[in-house]
Amino acid sequence: MDSSHRRLSAQSQPSPYDDSYLEHGEASQAGPSRLQPGAQLTLMRYLQDLPDADIPVSDVPPRYHTGRLPNSKAGDGKPRLLLMGQRRSGKSSISSVVFHKLPPSETLYLETTTRIKKESMHSFMDFQVWDFPGHLDYFDPAFDVDNIFEEIGALIWVIDAQDEYLEAIMRLNTTILNLQHSYPNINVEVFVHKVDGLSEDYKGDTFRDIIQRVQDELSDHGYENAPVSFYQTSIYDHSIFEAFSKVIQKLIPQLPTLEALLNSLCSTCHIEKAYLFDIMSKIYIATDTSPTDIGSYEICSDYIDVVIDVSEIYGWDRPDDNDEKDDTSHSEIIEIGNNDAESLITMERKGNNYLYLREINKYLALICLMGDDSPAEKKAVIDYNVGVFQAALKQVFPRAERDVPLPEE
Amino acid sequence: MNTGKRQKQRKVLLMGKSGAGKSSMRSIVFSNYVAKDVRRLGATIDVEHSNIKFMGNLMLNLWDCGGQDGFVENYLTHQRNHVFGSVAVLIFVFDIESREFQADVVSYSNIIRALEECSPGAKVFCLIHKMDLVQARLRVQLFEERAEYIRTASEGFRDAVEFFPTSIWDQSLYKAWTQIIYFLIPNASVIENLLQQLAEIIDARELILYERTTCLMVTHVTRGKESENPFTDRFERISSILKTHKQSMSKHTGIPAGSANFAEMQIKTGRFMFFITRLTENTNLAASIPPSEQIFNAARVNILLVRPKFAELDIASKPRPGIQQAFAHSAQSERDREAGSEEDRERVGRGKGKEAVGMGGGGGFEG
Repeated sequence: MDSSHRRLSAQSQPSPYDDSYLEHGEASQAGPSRLQPGAQLTLMRYLQDLPDADIPVSDVPPRYHTGRLPNSKAGDGKPRLLLMGQRRSGKSSISSVVFHKLPPSETLYLETTTRIKKESMHSFMDFQVWDFPGHLDYFDPAFDVDNIFEEIGALIWVIDAQDEYLEAIMRLNTTILNLQHSYPNINVEVFVHKVDGLSEDYKGDTFRDIIQRVQDELSDHGYENAPVSFYQTSIYDHSIFEAFSKVIQKLIPQLPTLEALLNSLCSTCHIEKAYLFDIMSKIYIATDTSPTDIGSYEICSDYIDVVIDVSEIYGWDRPDDNDEKDDTSHSEIIEIGNNDAESLITMERKGNNYLYLREINKYLALICLMGDDSPAEKKAVIDYNVGVFQAALKQVFPRAERDVPLPEE
Repeated sequence: MNTGKRQKQRKVLLMGKSGAGKSSMRSIVFSNYVAKDVRRLGATIDVEHSNIKFMGNLMLNLWDCGGQDGFVENYLTHQRNHVFGSVAVLIFVFDIESREFQADVVSYSNIIRALEECSPGAKVFCLIHKMDLVQARLRVQLFEERAEYIRTASEGFRDAVEFFPTSIWDQSLYKAWTQIIYFLIPNASVIENLLQQLAEIIDARELILYERTTCLMVTHVTRGKESENPFTDRFERISSILKTHKQSMSKHTGIPAGSANFAEMQIKTGRFMFFITRLTENTNLAASIPPSEQIFNAARVNILLVRPKFAELDIASKPRPGIQQAFAHSAQSERDREAGSEEDRERVGRGKGKEAVGMGGGGGFEG
């Protein structure tokens, strides 16, 4: 192992990252403290004796699966999420909790939104979140409707389940019917929000009632099978993240490919459940097609926190790292640009169950819940397979490919 | 394991005005509650005793004393000797939001007087609690004012009493309790010594020893550049991270929080490698090492090898009657204790020669 070569790549390595992290920091305030450069998860390969795990990216141009991105101009790829609903239904709280990591209890102090708040998120794919004030009438001629809805990815309608919701439903239906003509492909996502305050029974009843009312009214107007989905959400648990995950998944053209990749990874490695997470927002952008339960999502999402927090503590910029490294740790530099963080938690008492995290690129992390028949001794094989998965993903996401430094050969 | 007689019982009194947050604190630190769960707790009636096994041979005998005036009156009169006898540590909790701070201090003075009379060798910690309710910029000033005022009312403990600002909503709670626990551990210096040697051998940047169930730090060893780590509160932070993770695991897997624990956690990045693994029955060892697979693997092997050494410490290898007794009666003065651990260290120091060689061998393939 040639150490001088490695040292070289060690020094050049941070540079491609520096810029992009900067951009990261400004673009979204999502976690100024969590994603400082020092907190980045920079990775290191686990087993040096598996060089094959790092097959260089091939030159095959990325091919897309046949997903559709409704109403978006080809190529600009900045889908918009519109948050709408009655005033005080919780729109701004949702966007603060999901995208700015505001503790849910602090949302009490948010001011009423008086104008449209636009935020862009830079992640594995760029998207914008527009938070609308509750009282606006968008179809007032004074508004440029086209401008608002043109590039829309999804319309998220928030309904306060603890409040009178008839008016909200009425406005929702008016909006849907208005949009139906010009933008028939818009996904309408209804968040039945603040369900944490309701009893189990009442929650279910309310939810069903809302669905029923919306659908009845739409079909009364001759609009059958409207593309409307419903979710029960609360900012006090993970349900809001789960709902957002599903909304965003619909906007990812490559979703079927991702799912297929995860499925084959799961079956090869006996993984119980695998999630592909967006690290910053903790939204999962894909999972394998086995049944999802919110419990495993929560474990994974909390696990990301652990890894990020610890990385923040020990990932600080050490002055003059080189002295320290001279004698012992030159081997850290890896053959190619695969210096992704990885982590593993072995559970006690539950035999072989463990959690496996691997950073795929700077936005995405793969988290796997390992099943009973996938012993930790086979980790080498899993590492290898995850490497293959990672390589495949680079071809799926052009963005990832662009950002990850190519191997210096 | 032969516990029983050898255990060092240390009596810890938890006192303070009703509603100050004593039981909340106890539930979070020792019973795996999360901060928002403590709303469910009711008032403590009289004294709630709990025995907490800590580090194998250390048994905390925690008396959570209900703070309503009637009970306090009773402690000070009828039960005076019973409550205040042979106390190792008094933890007095002040509510920063209290409207009757003066009255709280008067009650504190009475308790201190009783303590001085019955266990003059005890140590007093004052926690100024619910600091989260004070605006951030006023915190330091207010804390210092209160601490100074309380200090003047501390009678014979004036010079020894220690103050901590705490809140159950952040890691300050862990910081305070870590100090308290550190004070109670009989062989802290021996453990530190061993850790220091271990750190040298495995070339760790930092080693942190955590108690397993409470996730409180027992002690830590920091080497070289790591002492410049800008996160000076990292030990408490990790406590708090581990605790949160434990909650999350128990919530989603159905294992009771007390036993939900990972056998090992590893995090590897290009800047550092970090792992936490079981060291002894009651402790977890967290190690931060340079990012190198060799060092990482060697460190894991070495920690595996060193376990028996620490396990021995954990259960206080041989009972030495003199010192043992001294520990049992905690009204012992500070100086004697130090003498005791000095001896401890020497003894272990001798036994260590062999071990170090063994570990060096294990780490041999590093180079």
